[in-house]
Amino acid sequence: MIRLMLFLSGTVVILFLIALTAGPADVSARDSLAALFDDSYGPLSLVMWEIRLPRALLAVIIGAALGLAGAAMQGYLRNPLAEPGLIGVSSSAALGAVIAINTGLAASATLGLPFAALAGALMGVFLVMALAGPQGGSLTLILAGIAISAMAGALTSLVLNLSPNPFAANEIVFWMMGSLADRSFVHVGLVLPFAVVGAVILLSLGRGLDALTLGEDAAQTMGVNLKRVRLWLVLGTASVVGGATAVAGAIGFIGLVVPHILRPLVQGQPSRLLWASALGGAIMLQMADIAVRLILPSRDLKLGVVTALVGAPLFLHLIYKTRKGLV
Amino acid sequence: MSLLSVRSLSVTLRNRPVFRDVSFEIGPGEFVGLLGPNGAGKTSLMRASLGLIRADGDSSLAQMSASDRARAVAWMPQSREIAWPIPVERLVALGRLPHLPQGRTLPPAEQAYVDRAIERMGLDAFRGRAASRLSGGEQARALIARALAQDTPLLMADEPAAGLDPAHQISSMQVFADLAAEGRSALVSLHDLGLAARHCTRLILMAEGGILADGPPAEVLSTELMAQAFGISIWHRETENGPVFQPLEVL
Amino acid sequence: MADAGPSRVVSMNLCTDQLAMLLAAPGQLASVSYIARDTRASAMADEAMAYPINHGLAEEIYLLQPDLVIAGAYSTFTTTAMLRRLGVPVVVFQPANSLSDVRDRIKKMGEVLEREAAAADLLAAFDRQLAALDIEADGRPRAALYSANGYTSGPASLAGQILEAAGLANVAAELGYDRSGRMPLEVLAMADPDLLVGTTPYPRASRSEDILGHPVVRHLAAQGGAGQIRDADWVCGTPHVLRAVETLAQERRDFLNRERSE
Repeated sequence: MIRLMLFLSGTVVILFLIALTAGPADVSARDSLAALFDDSYGPLSLVMWEIRLPRALLAVIIGAALGLAGAAMQGYLRNPLAEPGLIGVSSSAALGAVIAINTGLAASATLGLPFAALAGALMGVFLVMALAGPQGGSLTLILAGIAISAMAGALTSLVLNLSPNPFAANEIVFWMMGSLADRSFVHVGLVLPFAVVGAVILLSLGRGLDALTLGEDAAQTMGVNLKRVRLWLVLGTASVVGGATAVAGAIGFIGLVVPHILRPLVQGQPSRLLWASALGGAIMLQMADIAVRLILPSRDLKLGVVTALVGAPLFLHLIYKTRKGLV
Repeated sequence: MSLLSVRSLSVTLRNRPVFRDVSFEIGPGEFVGLLGPNGAGKTSLMRASLGLIRADGDSSLAQMSASDRARAVAWMPQSREIAWPIPVERLVALGRLPHLPQGRTLPPAEQAYVDRAIERMGLDAFRGRAASRLSGGEQARALIARALAQDTPLLMADEPAAGLDPAHQISSMQVFADLAAEGRSALVSLHDLGLAARHCTRLILMAEGGILADGPPAEVLSTELMAQAFGISIWHRETENGPVFQPLEVL
Repeated sequence: MADAGPSRVVSMNLCTDQLAMLLAAPGQLASVSYIARDTRASAMADEAMAYPINHGLAEEIYLLQPDLVIAGAYSTFTTTAMLRRLGVPVVVFQPANSLSDVRDRIKKMGEVLEREAAAADLLAAFDRQLAALDIEADGRPRAALYSANGYTSGPASLAGQILEAAGLANVAAELGYDRSGRMPLEVLAMADPDLLVGTTPYPRASRSEDILGHPVVRHLAAQGGAGQIRDADWVCGTPHVLRAVETLAQERRDFLNRERSE
């Protein structure tokens, strides 16, 4: 367990350094890292501090947030298919964010944008819980997710199409697929408080999620207050997903892929999976973000494209595996 | 001192009364078998006395806070849920959760409870195997071990013997009987009347919306009560190998 | 007006709207597109208020009973095809990518409206103004065009031509951009332009325009001046581009003066 954590943390650090040295500007790795600590590099210092550093930080924060949210929701619903992107929580958060931007709320209140995304996410989690609680099974979960995603996606498009800004209508793909391109420390400041608060909440649920392995009845008689676990889970998930989506759009599949890969390595224990998935999520999003920069640097390839290319086949595989439970 | 005190408990599910006005007490050192035909309300009675479903009347366990209750009773539900491929040893260790502060690793003293529960259920060979991939009977034993590790004065289990092979049915009954001998108690619902006759110290027979009989096995497993509750004829003798009970035919 | 060509002309493109308004005889132009009234995109929004507007839909245009429809190259092909099928003559204007394109379009508009004399007057005025700009040859500060989504414009675009006419060197040309394309923010930062020429953002934020508020863009704009000066004058190949050239030339003079005084 300790070795796994060290390995994951080490990978996060290494990828962070790679992310800092990868970019369309043609500069050597040593120069770019040196420019972080030395103003004499001129424009390179500006590039490092204002472009690459916030982007690398956002990849870590948002990836960790999404990995953690996936692990927590799966633990609570006891279903490996539960993932904020697939069950419509991310798209609801995106809807909240888009509404905040287009009503001017985002411009008038400092944290208006992430709070609106949080409210959207809250609605999404609440709907999923109401429609497909722990007894709902995989089929209800997926159906509820499709319905919520479709609804939130349609409303997002509607809001963007109604916007007087002609660019807004072209941004549907950003909100659906997500991107970290050209984000700044302003955005780090927007997501960080929500990610931290949400993560603290979700990480504190480990014990309850462990007990839930044995079902709700058993968990309750093991001293777990289910109502409280549910409430904190909803709030924590909405907080991390809302914050992440507000600045990066809806990035799918991280909360699905990461817990699935790491589960065997933590012997299936939900509490340990929380920490591991947070680190794993950071790794996956960092890799995806490095990939979009290396593959098509001038096209702003969306992150969701890369994560879906990895995640969708795995999703199909999981559906295949759980199909007995689906019928 | 009473481990569970139930007074005039009634449960109504979907406007249909399941049972009405049930009262009983369980003291230390008892292995109580809960008998009754399908739908008599055995599961509902246990869940209501734990406070897991709404009920009218009083139950000492239902009135406790969740954390106090977790130290007073361990519960093994009928649905044998193991959501994740967690190793048997960790599964059993989950039983120690109510006794642990927010820490993650089990201190050595706690490990002793886990080891003892694993040994009692004969699960040594399975320690490292993923619990969700074991056979149904093996899962049941792992879940009983989990409940044992919770180390509470009272253990309640809903049909723990269902799906076990004869050897493990008997050894599981022996484990509950041993608990009673140690001064703890068990309330276990059973369908196998033969096991109930041989191992339980007391039987509660549920039928006709309430408790039909409550007493030692010899009294409860009478020809009349069995006919009334289950509609069967029986053969029940005290032999040199202990009590032997055999249902014969449907009346 | 009995002798003068088409008598009910409908324009359905922002740029042809403006050329037509400049050249049409009174009563000749029956409708312009709704964007012509948008102050952010149209250099002649006030003038457009005098005309009925259309939304570029075949049905509404047909009901205006035009005897000529003028469309841009980017107007919906299905709409113009439908109008042609209904027997309405359609003339399509290609967008202008240079100042000489602008002269061409003025001439062409004069021809299709049969207002050659007015077009000749407008051209003469255009040439006079262009000559009057008098851009001194010494010192060509490096400027970058930067707009929503990080798009820049190279020398083979109207904006790039405006930039050069104003006596500025285009950073995009250094980096090999010919027409327009996305320039990653860090490439822009590394190019370290003297002047950053941005677009005026629309009301109501969008993520596409977020980039114009990025600390790097703000930093570059602050160090060189210029900033968000691109407006409706830049959009279309009409004589109004000269106003854009003039504004930009002024920014250049300011910049050079600042530099000399330092």
